[in-house]
Amino acid sequence: MSSIVEHVVDRDTELETRLTDLWETPHTWLGWLSTVDHKTLGKRYIYTAFAFFLLGGVEAAVMRAQLARPDARLISPEAYNQIFTMHGVTMMFLFAQPVLSGFSFYLTPLMIGARELAFPRLNAFSYFAFLLAGIFIYVSFLIGRAPNAGWFNYTPLAGPVYDPGPNIDYYALGLLFLGVSTTAGACNSIVTILKLRAPGMSIDRMPLFLWSSLTMSASVIFAMPALTVGLGFLELERHWNFVFFDPSRGGSPMLWQHLFWFFGHPWVYVVFLPAMGMLSMVIPTFCRRPIVGHTFVALATVVTGLIGFGVWVHHMFATGLPQLSMSFFGAASMTIAFPSAVTVFAWLATMWHGRVVFATPMLFAIAFIVQFVIGGLSGVMTAAVPFDWQVTVTYFVVAHIHYVLGGGTVFGLFAGIYYWAPKMFGRMLSESLGKWSFWLMFVGFNVGFFPMHVSGLLGMPRRVYTYAAGNGLELPNLISTIGVYVFSAGIVVSLWNLIRSEAAGEAAGRNPWGAASLEWLTESPPPHYNFAHIPVVESRDPLWDGGYSSGPAFDEARLTPRTSALDAALEAPIEMPDDNLWAVVITLGMLLAVAGVLVRSYPWAIIGAVVSLFSLARWMWPTTTKVLETEI
Amino acid sequence: MTAIEVRTDRLLPPASNPRSEVGRWGMVIFLLNEATLFACLVASYFFLGVENRSWPPAGIEKPSLPLPLLMTLLLLSSSAVLVYAERGFEQGRRTRYRAGVVATVLLGVGFLLIQAREYHDTLQHTSPVQHAYSSVFFTITGLHGAHVVFGLLVLLWALLRDITGRLNVRNSLAVKNASLYWHFVDGVWLVILTSLYLSPRWY
Repeated sequence: MSSIVEHVVDRDTELETRLTDLWETPHTWLGWLSTVDHKTLGKRYIYTAFAFFLLGGVEAAVMRAQLARPDARLISPEAYNQIFTMHGVTMMFLFAQPVLSGFSFYLTPLMIGARELAFPRLNAFSYFAFLLAGIFIYVSFLIGRAPNAGWFNYTPLAGPVYDPGPNIDYYALGLLFLGVSTTAGACNSIVTILKLRAPGMSIDRMPLFLWSSLTMSASVIFAMPALTVGLGFLELERHWNFVFFDPSRGGSPMLWQHLFWFFGHPWVYVVFLPAMGMLSMVIPTFCRRPIVGHTFVALATVVTGLIGFGVWVHHMFATGLPQLSMSFFGAASMTIAFPSAVTVFAWLATMWHGRVVFATPMLFAIAFIVQFVIGGLSGVMTAAVPFDWQVTVTYFVVAHIHYVLGGGTVFGLFAGIYYWAPKMFGRMLSESLGKWSFWLMFVGFNVGFFPMHVSGLLGMPRRVYTYAAGNGLELPNLISTIGVYVFSAGIVVSLWNLIRSEAAGEAAGRNPWGAASLEWLTESPPPHYNFAHIPVVESRDPLWDGGYSSGPAFDEARLTPRTSALDAALEAPIEMPDDNLWAVVITLGMLLAVAGVLVRSYPWAIIGAVVSLFSLARWMWPTTTKVLETEI
Repeated sequence: MTAIEVRTDRLLPPASNPRSEVGRWGMVIFLLNEATLFACLVASYFFLGVENRSWPPAGIEKPSLPLPLLMTLLLLSSSAVLVYAERGFEQGRRTRYRAGVVATVLLGVGFLLIQAREYHDTLQHTSPVQHAYSSVFFTITGLHGAHVVFGLLVLLWALLRDITGRLNVRNSLAVKNASLYWHFVDGVWLVILTSLYLSPRWY
């Protein structure tokens, strides 16, 4: 079928034109809606998630303004409830996971030498479902009825008796909708990573970011159903008077907590592990040597994901569970420290044995390590049951989660942004603005969140709209507010840096950092087809030791090679689908379905579901009767 | 780029195997997700059972067995028929495949009709909103029923592709995935039968 090119020195313009014709999406509004290009959709994911990040940030700023002084009356208690809930929901569901997924969808095919994700149309579906679910949840703000029972939404507070308005329905239906998108994306990632790696990229040669993506996606597959079941029960109870959580008719509020945290704790790793994976790519590049203990870091990632399913009860130590159960889950929670420590020591050893280049991505990476260790230590502390009883539902826990997910995930993400933006946009970011942004964020973050440990230990409860004067809480809260505003200023500097680089940044070239993995082999920004010739991989750090060569061009159709899951032996080139509009129609049908349930207009909900089902059938219907020859 | 000689013999694929198609992998992962969904539902059923003094609670009868056992028989035989139809498809025997799918669909519809009858009987004395037990019972069996409906639609969709000439032996993933989904839905029913219908008779 295809001749295998053995020596490529010059660019083959004829081949590139042919591939561009095959892979390019037309620049029309229809093309915009129907594209399946993983690079376009990945960037769109990142932009949308960042828009939600800014909204969540504004909510945080309003809360910190309210808490800057005692007995403040800037916003009402009800508004405060809605804002802290939306801050949590936004950051956990609409920012952290989608932005990391966006990076994964953008980078995975480039890192494995493929031309697309395994299911490109499913990726378009995931994106539009995420966008519409996010908008659906935020519509609640416009009518002043945003979710108001916290991001973990405990019953009976969130049940029909104590929260009769539509607030919680936005939460439950919006997250059900979003869950479909997340699950589809996770499935896509797993199959892509296992089946589309370039020939020769056996599983032990796979970059560590992909181990994180793989673990994160597997966690989504096994964790998301628990939330789906919980949300389904909640809506049945709220809308149809079913019983699951109401003890007067045999239900149990503990059922919600178990279901939520069986999902929720793995979810915390879902929004954390990919940032760890980014660090495992950034650190070797800026230490100018391969990572120390590659295999151990990969194993630690998988082990963290597995242990993540056995610790959910540590969120429930104050609910009166049996002693034995608490001891087990406390001990299990402490074991998380082992794989985390393996990874952290591997990073430190890499720095120790390397020659560290203190570029902006590396600064963010170092700050990640410092803050993650602080957050990890407060995590081990709260894993001890008696200590947890003392600090649960206080700002100590707020400090802990923000050190791990703010100091960890957000800093890891910014390391990733500064590292991969030149690849995505073809322009270097300004180093001096980057360093300004870093120091503002680093100082602001620690000034903002470290005092929360103190206010927590002093007994300040989370999720209360104000605090009384005279309890020693004024100073730590004022410091926190100042720190959070400095932190926000640092983020604004980075945004300006990104916007500015479009015009003022110098051209990045293929591999500005001298990195080792395959995404740096192609141009910046990458062409529509990613690679003119599919690379054949022969080592773990191919761009450093020359362990790659040019493989087949596969230019007869939209083709990318499928390989075996472990050894990455070439099985067959597979044809990838063309641009397609049905994914948009399916998500619109789903939006109609959830909106119909929300306003209790069930005929509309049924119409929406039927539209989705019909478009799904139409989507999967082959457009040609052509049979692809799968033999070479 | 560094020029390294590529050994073409290592690049040549083994004989194409439908099991290694990406669509098959996607389906298996989707079914793992679905299996977890039902595991969470069944776990919720037993959790609520432990939280209550008796399960089913006083005043609600244990579900009767004759109809569910008949439903089990229909689903199991439908799976067997579908395996037979699938084998026929692989051997290029289209008529056998089509007849087998039609028989599977009829058995599935039979299952749904008997389930409707069972619901009708149960609703005479138990309402879904009466107690957590009845809520979780109707939720689990209802969701499984919805999966049966979806499985039937998928089987019919694959059949329609075959009839309109959009399937062949070398491009048969739709047939294999539709069947796999149907076998999965049958397997889930066995778990539901064991936990919701049989287990109340053991304690």
